[in-house]
Amino acid sequence: MKRIGVFLCWCGSNIGGVVDIPKVAEAAAKMPNVVYVEENKYTCSEPGQEAIKKAIKEHNLNRVVVGACSPRMHETTFRRTVESVGFNPYMLEIANLREHCSWVHAGNPEKATVKAVDLVRTAVAKVGLNAPLHRSTIPVEKRALVLGGGIAGIQAALDLADSGHDVVLVEKEPTIGGRMAQLDKTFPTLDCSACILTPKMVDLAQHPKITLYSYSEVEKVDGYVGNFDVTIRRKGRSVNEDKCTGCGICYSKCPGKAKNEFDLGLGDRKAIYVPFPQAVPNVPVIDRDVCLYYQKGICKVCEKVCPTGSIEFDKEDELITERFGAIVAATGFQQFQSEAYGEYGYGKYKDVITGLEFERLVNASGPTGGKIKRPSDGEIPKNVVFIKCVGSRDEAKGKAYCSKACCMYTAKHAILLDEKIPGSQAFVFYMDVRTAGKDYEEFYQRATEQHGAQYIRGRVARIYEKGGKLMVVGEDTLLGEKVIVEADMVVLAAAMVARPDAGNVARTLGISYNQDSFFTEAHAKLRPVETNTAGIFLAGACQGPKDIPETVAQASAAAAKAGILLSRDELETDPMTIEVNTDLCSGCLWCKPICPYGAIDAVEIEERVGREMRKRQVAQVNASLCQGCGACTVACRDGAMNLKGYTNEQILAEVEALCL
Amino acid sequence: MRYAYYPGCTLHSSAKEYRLSTEAIAERLGIDLAEIPDWNCCGASSAHALNHDLSLALPARNLALAEEMGLDVVAPCAACFNRLAYAQHAVVTDKATAARIGQIAGRPVTGESRVRSLLDVVVSDVGAEALAEAASNKLEGLKVAAYYGCLLVRPPKVVDFDDPEQPTSLDSVIEAVGAEAVDWSHKTECCGAGLAVGRTDIVVKLVGEILAAAKEAGADLVITACPMCQANLDTRQRAAESASSETFNLPILYFTQLIGLAMGVDPRRLSLQSHTVDGWDLLVSKKVI
Repeated sequence: MKRIGVFLCWCGSNIGGVVDIPKVAEAAAKMPNVVYVEENKYTCSEPGQEAIKKAIKEHNLNRVVVGACSPRMHETTFRRTVESVGFNPYMLEIANLREHCSWVHAGNPEKATVKAVDLVRTAVAKVGLNAPLHRSTIPVEKRALVLGGGIAGIQAALDLADSGHDVVLVEKEPTIGGRMAQLDKTFPTLDCSACILTPKMVDLAQHPKITLYSYSEVEKVDGYVGNFDVTIRRKGRSVNEDKCTGCGICYSKCPGKAKNEFDLGLGDRKAIYVPFPQAVPNVPVIDRDVCLYYQKGICKVCEKVCPTGSIEFDKEDELITERFGAIVAATGFQQFQSEAYGEYGYGKYKDVITGLEFERLVNASGPTGGKIKRPSDGEIPKNVVFIKCVGSRDEAKGKAYCSKACCMYTAKHAILLDEKIPGSQAFVFYMDVRTAGKDYEEFYQRATEQHGAQYIRGRVARIYEKGGKLMVVGEDTLLGEKVIVEADMVVLAAAMVARPDAGNVARTLGISYNQDSFFTEAHAKLRPVETNTAGIFLAGACQGPKDIPETVAQASAAAAKAGILLSRDELETDPMTIEVNTDLCSGCLWCKPICPYGAIDAVEIEERVGREMRKRQVAQVNASLCQGCGACTVACRDGAMNLKGYTNEQILAEVEALCL
Repeated sequence: MRYAYYPGCTLHSSAKEYRLSTEAIAERLGIDLAEIPDWNCCGASSAHALNHDLSLALPARNLALAEEMGLDVVAPCAACFNRLAYAQHAVVTDKATAARIGQIAGRPVTGESRVRSLLDVVVSDVGAEALAEAASNKLEGLKVAAYYGCLLVRPPKVVDFDDPEQPTSLDSVIEAVGAEAVDWSHKTECCGAGLAVGRTDIVVKLVGEILAAAKEAGADLVITACPMCQANLDTRQRAAESASSETFNLPILYFTQLIGLAMGVDPRRLSLQSHTVDGWDLLVSKKVI
């Protein structure tokens, strides 16, 4: 026997001020199977909720319709309310009388009331066909995977490990540290970057709960929240990580030579090398493209001199698979390819360099031992031009967005230039100065007031070489004049862009990314570290350009969110998933490619046909992956796919109630 | 290789040398120039300064005529090339524009005839090898500065040719015919264009900067593919010399004249005598002539 209770909410005057609630109540009382109708000023309030509970008990209700605000607001609230008195929470339907009625038809109360009655009637028709649904649970593997060993990944890993979870950090490069390891000083404190980073790197390496897989990449991610099966490729380093002591004899003797990627090609390294002195792990790697042994079968000096016998020329890549409950993506960024600005001559003139290249020159562990020298002739520059917004805020040649950190790091560069080269002059060509963080504005003022940096508002039109100098032709828009600076060096504040493999990483993880290949957060305002894929979180510049304080905050946030997930022994799953009627399913599997979550697979069933047992293929839905979007119900030709909570029958009942 | 040839107004007047030298080398290079019958002025800078539709309709009529010939258009003059390319781009991008412009032009335009500059045709269709073969070693040791100006390689989406900031096509022509292309800084700097009469002072200043840069790079002469650039760099050179107290003495040639010289074409057929800054003595001294 269906006993439906209808609870109509005035929502203060939000609904009641437009819709004639008493009239709706009158109409509701006459609807099929409705045995109880009540009005309330604020149904979501405690007295309102108590009223529902009371009515359920007193009138023996087995279905409830609440005519109130959007289900996005309070569906969860009301489900909990009814569940608390032993009522199945899925025997409840909401008629949206606010966002779908009173709020959009405020100028027409009469028609709004008619519509409200229709909405309630529709909900009543649907709830009549509701079946009790039960949430199930899936286990949670209490291990986290952090993808990326820059400051974001390191921070997230440390926080997760400190809260008691096992963490695996996978880093593509032979060492962790990311971009921050390449920096010299960090704004606004001018802390030495390595000095504040390396302690964290060491903490990570020594943490009992963290396993570091460096020189490794994630190849495949299967599974779902709480149960991700991840295949990791541990690349062939050619040096045994357990035996190597980091003594460095091998690379001091290696005859091979290549451009050092860590120094962005400004300096050299050996074939067997450690990217920078404070690398973690402090174990070298052999570049097989340059190493004489791999290329020509000769040399092997490193093996001869290694005191611990750590060289393993034959070690190939290794594939391992491990299970994780949560994944944090912290894969970072790279710099914009400034060759796109042909007018600046990057790539043509050696003394036109990018911001990160300038960092390497300033850094004591860099190719020039921390002396700012012109790459062309090694001379000390006097006039240095800094050009901001290279590749950012430029839809025509670059990216439309603002790269967030460049204004601050350019001010920093101007300060460092003045500190390192007395008598030097910094010229900064800018469109705007965006220094919005804590102590940031003061930092920028310091660059101009205390370090004499000259800021010129205008863009640079062209750079050409004349007499060994770089002629920088620009505009001072505040003076309305053309400006030509005879510069010794030009530094381009190249925008932060996504790494070229970002799309691949996102696809491997099954998360979305935007047109600039930055990973998409679940909600721009309120859910900045989650993705729309349950169990996968974001930290750092892979989500969008940002500076170190923001990155660290986001990393800790991601760790907290992942920690919430991992703190549970099991997760409840939403019961509104697809049910496959195998009697109707023809096994065509048209539904499989339609499913955006990869939740459908073919499965073989055995059934009796006449006297035989026959095997045939049907569709099977993984309830943990299924998000209840219903796309497969449309694709299914046989009507075998039905979405629990939104069955075909329920929807048709709504249509009938509304239209017939 | 047959093309619908659009000489444009200047090639019949102030840039006569460009036309004569083009026609002198065309046959040797296998370029068959079929002049568009009854072609009209492309509108140049006047039309686009006045009225957008007019600036598209004038060149569009020529495109329609070329489409009737079933050939792609080749235009030696950089400005004509640029305007024709603009019209073709507008017509191909938006059907409504194509219909409107076709109506004004009095002929339907589909944009199916591509618009190419003569430089593009020489570099892409004739090619460096064929050029080298046709050339002798007369130009060996001659240092040439390639001056592109504004309209040949910009805007990139419309002209779809070479690189807008660091172009190399004209330089490759120089190298192909056996001369030395100097690396210099003012390849794409504006010469002042149509301001030659209205603001001669600006043109003189810009011309001075360009020629000073060419001279500093060690150029013996400058080549160009644009009648306006040639006119400015040539006719205002002496004024630029007075204004800057520098001597340039840089002959300004069309690239077709350079190719002609390389091929051993009679210099008089190349109309070298028409230029203000006389290059005869220099070319004789360099054993080109």
